[in-house]
Amino acid sequence: MELLLDSLFNGVAIGSVLLVAALGLAIVFGLMGVINLAHGELMMLGAYTTYVTQLIFKLPILKPFYNSYIIVSIFLAFIVSGVVGILLEKTIIRKLYGSPLETLLATWGVSLILQQFVRSVPLAYGTGLVISLLIGLFLPTTFPSKIKESINFKYFKFSSWIFAALTGVLTGSIISSSVSKLSRASARNVDVTAPSWMRGQVEIIGNAFPKTRLMIIIITLISVIAITLFLNQSAWGMRIRAVTQNRQMSDCLGISTEKVDIITFGIGSGLAGVAGVAVSLLGSVGPNVGGNYIVGCFMVVVLGGVGNLLGTVLASFGIGIMTDLIGAGRLLSIWPDMPLPLSNTINFFATTSMARVMIFALIVIFLQFKPTGLFPQKGRMVEN
Amino acid sequence: MSLTKIKFDKKIVLSFWIILIALIIAAPTLLPVFRLNLLGRYLSLSIVALGVDLIWGYTGLLSLGQGIFFALGGYCAAMYLQITSSSEFPNNIPEFFALYGVEKLPFFWEPFRSPFFAFFAIWIIPALVAGLIGFLVFRNRIKGVYFSILTQASLLVFFNFFNGQQKLINGTNGLKTDVTQLFGQMVGSESMQRIFFWITAILVIAAWFFAKWVVKGRFGNILIGIRDDEPRVRFTGYNPVIFKTIIFSIAGGLAGVSGALYTVQSGIVSPQFMTVPFSIEMVIWVAVGGRGTLLGAILGAVFINYAKSLVSEALPASWMFIQGGLFILVVTALPEGVLGWMQGDGPRNLLQKFGLKRKIETYPSLEVNNREENNE
Repeated sequence: MELLLDSLFNGVAIGSVLLVAALGLAIVFGLMGVINLAHGELMMLGAYTTYVTQLIFKLPILKPFYNSYIIVSIFLAFIVSGVVGILLEKTIIRKLYGSPLETLLATWGVSLILQQFVRSVPLAYGTGLVISLLIGLFLPTTFPSKIKESINFKYFKFSSWIFAALTGVLTGSIISSSVSKLSRASARNVDVTAPSWMRGQVEIIGNAFPKTRLMIIIITLISVIAITLFLNQSAWGMRIRAVTQNRQMSDCLGISTEKVDIITFGIGSGLAGVAGVAVSLLGSVGPNVGGNYIVGCFMVVVLGGVGNLLGTVLASFGIGIMTDLIGAGRLLSIWPDMPLPLSNTINFFATTSMARVMIFALIVIFLQFKPTGLFPQKGRMVEN
Repeated sequence: MSLTKIKFDKKIVLSFWIILIALIIAAPTLLPVFRLNLLGRYLSLSIVALGVDLIWGYTGLLSLGQGIFFALGGYCAAMYLQITSSSEFPNNIPEFFALYGVEKLPFFWEPFRSPFFAFFAIWIIPALVAGLIGFLVFRNRIKGVYFSILTQASLLVFFNFFNGQQKLINGTNGLKTDVTQLFGQMVGSESMQRIFFWITAILVIAAWFFAKWVVKGRFGNILIGIRDDEPRVRFTGYNPVIFKTIIFSIAGGLAGVSGALYTVQSGIVSPQFMTVPFSIEMVIWVAVGGRGTLLGAILGAVFINYAKSLVSEALPASWMFIQGGLFILVVTALPEGVLGWMQGDGPRNLLQKFGLKRKIETYPSLEVNNREENNE
């Protein structure tokens, strides 16, 4: 019983990282049919945001609030990855609408650029760049409608971009002069240390669980609930669901599919950032950190189908629990005296990397029976 | 695309071939050993690019897992070389087995003692694996992006498997071929490398003709039909699953040959051949060269790899930016690739922009068709 609980908890912990990472991917894929290969790099940006936030909170002014930096960094990571995602949508993905394979390749190009970017640009100036993007993209939308409709709007837009660039350079240089660790570019991995209240372990029903894992589960829970509420209760959520179901029809009924695309992509990318915060708590953060999780996320999307968020939840917890069961060889300890050939097979797969092999085989077998995942999108088209 | 293809005179084609063959024969004496070796490797990579062009350019299947078949071919070749030159080691098995206390050759390596088996294994085993993966995926009508990410996942799975199995295939260290012997000669020696270069050059040309033969005629038409409108092909009475499986395993076989040639020229095969970036790079060679133009795949593979080595020597950090930029640029600005652009309307449009050529009043296809009909 204790063993089962342990396994369940480990599985849920693995699955919750997968879930929060795959959530954004699944929503975007459901809406636009686009797989974003740069999703892992958006996670990486979220993880680096946590690192930068941590260092900034060590400054004398913010020192008293140091313990709460992780909460702040969740929101900041959402914003940073979301802004980069929106920029990506506006500049590249929109142009490739209707050709998902080309989008796949273009987003791979973006992921290469982002990886090299964090290697060769000092993080302080990277932060400045993100801030100027944020201002440049959102300042024009806050103008009063009188200005927005005037013929000179483009000049206003242009001047707001100049303002944004100046602010970005200013923040960049302030950060780089006050935090020396951020002023130099480095390809080395960095470490995020959890605040003191998150270290150590908690006892639940006689078992000790690390607090960081619990924190990740809580982050995941909140993200899933927030997204479900947003999709099902808000007006924009309804529009997103409508466009997911039938794009042409929604367009005809006056829903701005362009705006829906931007919002969805922004939210999906933002969720990747939140996943990045979770990932930064688990190990060191480097330019390649996203790549370790991205294929797992794809498997979640393939297994869960795009018709329902429940599919994503079930798929990620299923994969998580199976990874733990197979990877730690737990079946052997549950049933110690199984026949020799079977136990040899289980021992053969009882490492993390071999567990992946096994799970992939299981997924391929599953797809033989349900090719479109657990909850496919209903429709009568020849395609899909 | 092929409508506006320039038809060359027979004499020009003949002299082109003569020059090409002369260059291939003379290359080992013209180039320093290091550059010759690089060129040989890039030429062998162009064979896998041909396979990618067949499945992506002609059939519309974007595989991000060609590295599997590439590495499988490499492993078959390397293991054969290791086994044949293992007579001086204990137990008559390759040296690395002793490190892990393995005393008997694993049973599945046993057939590799025979050169004939190894020769066929290099291309048949990757083709069979590709056919199996392809069949399991295609029969469920999984396609498009789903297919791409499934191939990527299977790539990662193979990588994990090969990386973790020290006792069977020397795990992450890979198999070295440099110091092995073939027909009494060191594989890494200069004279052998020269021969491998010639073999590679001949095989590239052979693979090109083979690919041209595959896409010619009805088989090729069905492939293009699958790319452009698969349901219609199905409703017309063809079973796309069979055609997709066949072409996917052909591409797998080509990748295996390419991997074997690459291995003997680079001196090692390791799970690094199965990393995710390498397999996606294969796609960009084809995309830049021009998908659906077989020659474009060859040229793209050679030139991009050459550019990569030049840029990486000069400015190591900038290659990632350039490569990322290439991916974005080629899909947004130049979707048919350089060769496709040249064979298509690209040059004419460019000339028209500068006012050097008469504008076509109606649709270009109409005018071209009319002209051809008039000629007949």
